[in-house]
Amino acid sequence: MPLFYGREIMSRMMLGTTQYPSPAIMAEAFGRSGAGIATVSVRREAGGAEGQGGGAFWQLVQRLGVTLLPNTAGCHSAREAVTTAQMARELFDTRWIKLEVIGHADTLQPDPFGLVEAARILTEEGFEVFPYTTEDVVLGERLLQAGCKVLMPWGAPIGTGLGLNNVYGLRSLRAQFPDVPMVVDAGLGLPSHAAAAMEMGFDAVLLNTAVARAGDPAAMAEAFGEAVRAGRRGFEADPMAPRDMAAPSTPLIGKAFLE
Amino acid sequence: MKITVNGAPAELGASRLDAALVELGYGEAKIATALNERFVPATARPQTTLSEGDRLEIVSPRQGG
Repeated sequence: MPLFYGREIMSRMMLGTTQYPSPAIMAEAFGRSGAGIATVSVRREAGGAEGQGGGAFWQLVQRLGVTLLPNTAGCHSAREAVTTAQMARELFDTRWIKLEVIGHADTLQPDPFGLVEAARILTEEGFEVFPYTTEDVVLGERLLQAGCKVLMPWGAPIGTGLGLNNVYGLRSLRAQFPDVPMVVDAGLGLPSHAAAAMEMGFDAVLLNTAVARAGDPAAMAEAFGEAVRAGRRGFEADPMAPRDMAAPSTPLIGKAFLE
Repeated sequence: MKITVNGAPAELGASRLDAALVELGYGEAKIATALNERFVPATARPQTTLSEGDRLEIVSPRQGG
């Protein structure tokens, strides 16, 4: 099972906590997927009687019995992401942070420069950073140099469900840093996308919208869980090398001569 | 004293952050704070003085992807 910053997680699936039809359906989705990590965020809290939404959510996620990974979603600068991470560390009592520094409002793709800067600052402050990054190998190397011990390349832009947009790039990144735990994060839409990522040797996947926005979120969560396990088992079983020419699987020797 | 709390104007009697949070109705709520875009740890709230025009952010755990 994957080790993230020295902590073994008993599942290769990470699941987000947004957009579910109800808290009960979210809890069922976690149970049926077998996800071991839940992503969470920090947001403004109202005071007085209008507040306490955060307290209710806090109790809900604690009952899931999974490890929490707070994010810096929606941050567009390194400084904003660092402050958000600091607040998240205090609220969730964890050094883990899923670092998002968004560089483009439409594609939600990471700002590579802000991402590396924030990763360096947070690592120096004792955080254990899970950077939401692209499949770019050079950027991956810079993040590792900044102190990251996990990489989380995107499959496709957040919330699109397009799957693995750049299979070659993801394969290159995986091959370049074979010993670095890597999670394909964002853009997955179907269980087959998750299976494909796992077959390529990624250590885990992180998704949210594909489950939460499915017609039956709990059933889709279970399907993703099965796909993740199947894909990983396929990777570990050492897949055959593809080739262009056909080759009969049934021996020709002994075939009846009927002409 | 007028400050901004979570993007909205607020009038405060208290000048220390810990007292201001009580005055604003947060009491024992599970929150984290940032003042003028800088994180203020819970342990530093009693020593943190507010000034006219400060921008205070108060956050709590929420759903995330």
